[in-house]
Amino acid sequence: MLADLWTPSAYKSWLGRVSAMGLAAILLGSFAMEVTETIAAFGGMYVLDGFALFFKRFFLIATALVLLMSSEYAKTFRNGTGEYMSLSLFALSGMMFAASANHFALLFVSLELITITFYILTSFQRHQTISLEAGIKYLILGALSSAFLIYGIALVYGASGTMRFDDLREISATLSDNPLLLTGLLMILAGLGFKIAAFPFQIWAPDVYQGSPTSTTAFLAVGSKAAGFALLMRLLWVAVPDVALRWEPLLMVMAAITILYGNLCALPQRNLKRLLGYSSIAHAGYLMMGITAMSLNGSSAILYYLGGYLFTVIAAFMVIILVMQQTGAEDIIQLAQLHQRAPGLASVLSLAMVSLAGIPPLAGFFGKFLLFRAVLEQASVHRAYYILVAIAIIGVVISLVYYLGVIRTLYWEKQQLVPEEIHISPVSRFILWVCAVMMIYLGILPNRLLEAANAAVESLKL
Amino acid sequence: MSILSFILLSPLLGAGLIALWPREQRIAIRAIALATTSLSMLLAMWAFAGFTGATEGLGGFKYVHRVAWVDALGIHYLVGADGINIGLILMAAIVSFAAVCVSHSIKERFKEFHFLMLLMITGILGAFMSIDLFFFYFFHELALIPTFIMIGVWGRGEQRQYATYKLTLYLPLGASVALAGLVLLYIQSGAKTFDLVALGQQLEAQPLRPESQSLIFGLLLVGFGILVSLWPFHSWAPIGYGAAPTSTAMLHAGVLKKFGIYGLIRVAVPLLPQGAQAWAHLLGWLCLGNILYCGWVAMRQKDLNQLIGHSSVAHMGFVFLGIASMSLIGLSGAILVMIAHGFLAALCFALSGYLWDQKKTLEMEQYGGLLRQTPFVGALLVMAMMAGCGLPGFANFAGEVTVLFGAWDSLSGVVVGTAWGALVIGALYALRAVRRLLHGPIGAQSEAMSDLPHYWAKLPYVLLVGCLLIFGIFPGLLTEKIRGSMDGVVATMEKGLQQDVILLANDTPEWSQLED
Repeated sequence: MLADLWTPSAYKSWLGRVSAMGLAAILLGSFAMEVTETIAAFGGMYVLDGFALFFKRFFLIATALVLLMSSEYAKTFRNGTGEYMSLSLFALSGMMFAASANHFALLFVSLELITITFYILTSFQRHQTISLEAGIKYLILGALSSAFLIYGIALVYGASGTMRFDDLREISATLSDNPLLLTGLLMILAGLGFKIAAFPFQIWAPDVYQGSPTSTTAFLAVGSKAAGFALLMRLLWVAVPDVALRWEPLLMVMAAITILYGNLCALPQRNLKRLLGYSSIAHAGYLMMGITAMSLNGSSAILYYLGGYLFTVIAAFMVIILVMQQTGAEDIIQLAQLHQRAPGLASVLSLAMVSLAGIPPLAGFFGKFLLFRAVLEQASVHRAYYILVAIAIIGVVISLVYYLGVIRTLYWEKQQLVPEEIHISPVSRFILWVCAVMMIYLGILPNRLLEAANAAVESLKL
Repeated sequence: MSILSFILLSPLLGAGLIALWPREQRIAIRAIALATTSLSMLLAMWAFAGFTGATEGLGGFKYVHRVAWVDALGIHYLVGADGINIGLILMAAIVSFAAVCVSHSIKERFKEFHFLMLLMITGILGAFMSIDLFFFYFFHELALIPTFIMIGVWGRGEQRQYATYKLTLYLPLGASVALAGLVLLYIQSGAKTFDLVALGQQLEAQPLRPESQSLIFGLLLVGFGILVSLWPFHSWAPIGYGAAPTSTAMLHAGVLKKFGIYGLIRVAVPLLPQGAQAWAHLLGWLCLGNILYCGWVAMRQKDLNQLIGHSSVAHMGFVFLGIASMSLIGLSGAILVMIAHGFLAALCFALSGYLWDQKKTLEMEQYGGLLRQTPFVGALLVMAMMAGCGLPGFANFAGEVTVLFGAWDSLSGVVVGTAWGALVIGALYALRAVRRLLHGPIGAQSEAMSDLPHYWAKLPYVLLVGCLLIFGIFPGLLTEKIRGSMDGVVATMEKGLQQDVILLANDTPEWSQLED
């Protein structure tokens, strides 16, 4: 932000690139440290264990890529590029805190830091009504969910007398029937459900995704969702495992309806960003399936899925930025015959769509495979999981319709648009290459990430 | 590195090369595709010829190549050949080569078509040679998106969009159901590995409960059944093949469809014998649906591709009957029919593709007298149709009669219906097609049809017909290889069935008590 003051306007996009490089340096540094045991700070409020480290690295990669993306997209900002970059970094810091939160206060603070930063990021294009509208909707619903969250935290504190997750864990066994505690936890679940866009807290997602500047949408889709899941997992498994185990039916129903809602509503969409908004609701549903599995396998499946999801979403939104920046519109029809104008972009977007659909040999498939396996493992114990798997399969088949519809538009849509040349800058090329390679890599050679995910969830003490 | 991995890598490398090659150099792209698939074919022939016994190697598999892939889940890249799949690999490699040969008529986006085709071929070959269940599924799905794009972009007919979507939604639905079944098998066996051999050993020692077996077999049957166009899940097939470009139809109908049955024989029958027994009767009657219903519908078709599509669905009924019979002869016959039908479907679609290239229509009424105009193609068409009927001398006859014999003991009613359906109905539509297309006055579309010009153009057709004839006259070439491994499969199955008897005698649900 300070550097923005003395950077001439032509070079503003370099702010993004420099900060991205800085983040890359931090990321490399994080690999140098080994976390063998949980390190706690601030009286147990902030923990650094394998789980936190995994998510921190995740957020660093996500933000670095988003910053590079927004340095491309920054040409559409009239002013305030520096603020945009620094706000993204603030959001990142909120996410890093969220990964390490072991205390309700830190959970709330980090969540608010992320959300408030995003209020501004989504309405950044002040001269466009749709961006402002997205920001207002996010603000109102976000404020409502924060109210639920804080009230829930208050109730939990009232019932248990502590806000530390570790202490809560010890007490929760005795308190698992306490109505005050349960109500509080339900309200906290509502607040976190808003973050991850699960039913019935998902109304904001399509409008906000559509209206925000595209790089914010990407950040929202990846970072915000992952932060929500990190907090949810830590809350459920570390703080209140007994209650969580009893909430299986509730979570299963949430997951199932989320999957169906997201997929069915995505079918008629004509705007690509809105389509991706609904599809992100569906993906939240799949991820919630991993939560309902209530096992280490389920949690590591969530982590792997998020890893693949990161690169897929960034790739898709990067292509949207490149294609739409000339036409200004975001309808899927704008992609018509893209393979003639820019075959590389068409293939990257196809890869992203196929990965989102969950088809081998890409990352999305292996993530879904892990989730299915985690749920089926539980199915032999509870019959209801079979229904969940069946709904997930139906969801996957429905999602094929719209994902393949995008591929169809890319390759054989009949309408001919003016074939303009699409200029792809070196930075964009770099992002697209990284994402494409990672999508294929995580689909074919999943070992590394899977081991990392397995190691990370060990520290959740499930 | 076994020969099988080379067979698999060849088209994959070809696809990679083509992806990077400049698109203007059509000849170079075509040369790469032909070279890599012919290499695969020659290696497959060599592997087939050198396959003398199924007793060496890991668990009865030869040419094994194993690479640990994901240790945490017990997934390995594991390819190997035994009597059951060596014939299928050979058939897949030959049909792939023929498909590449036939695709010279693609006009636009040459490079993308060949890239997608080689990717699809990799998937097909990998699916047949995998002994690891995860990669088995993985390779099959790998072929799915290329199919979608190929039918969508290069397909024909007004129903193209509908056909593309139907295919691309129905097939993954079936595949997902099958995947659920496979993952359940993996979980409930407690084997912590997807390796088929290890799973087999684990399940022999500790079979699953009959209810679990029944459930998993049901899932696999429905899932794989959709993939193989089992009646009543067959509606995607004729419309899909009608709309697909020639090479895609050859690859899909000829080879990829066999994947489901192969899965059932490889996985479901030996590992879940009691489940198989529970479902066998239903399966037997469902295949009557395939043979009779689809044969009947085939009779009414006016379009040649639709006719071939329906008849290929009808032939699948034979294969399912072989599985439902749960006997050594029946199962061996099923494999024979699979291999024979692979060649047959590929040949039929290649010929109809030739007609389409020339005249852009396949309405049989509009042709006529082709045998005079294009004697070579006409002769091949006669042979193909006769083979489809089950004329002795062609491989289909060997397979069908074996299946009928094998199924007689357990499903005699079905056998009667099948024999009647296959012979009478099959002969009806095949001969009618022959008459309309090839005999009689020269029709409007038959004017100015040119025959296959030179030897190189004739090569793929001759190759396919040759295989049909060779394996029809010398079916022992296949059966002696199949038998060795099928003996093992059937033995495992029988042993699994015996467990049931012991259980009933003891009348306890505790499997641990069987240790006594």
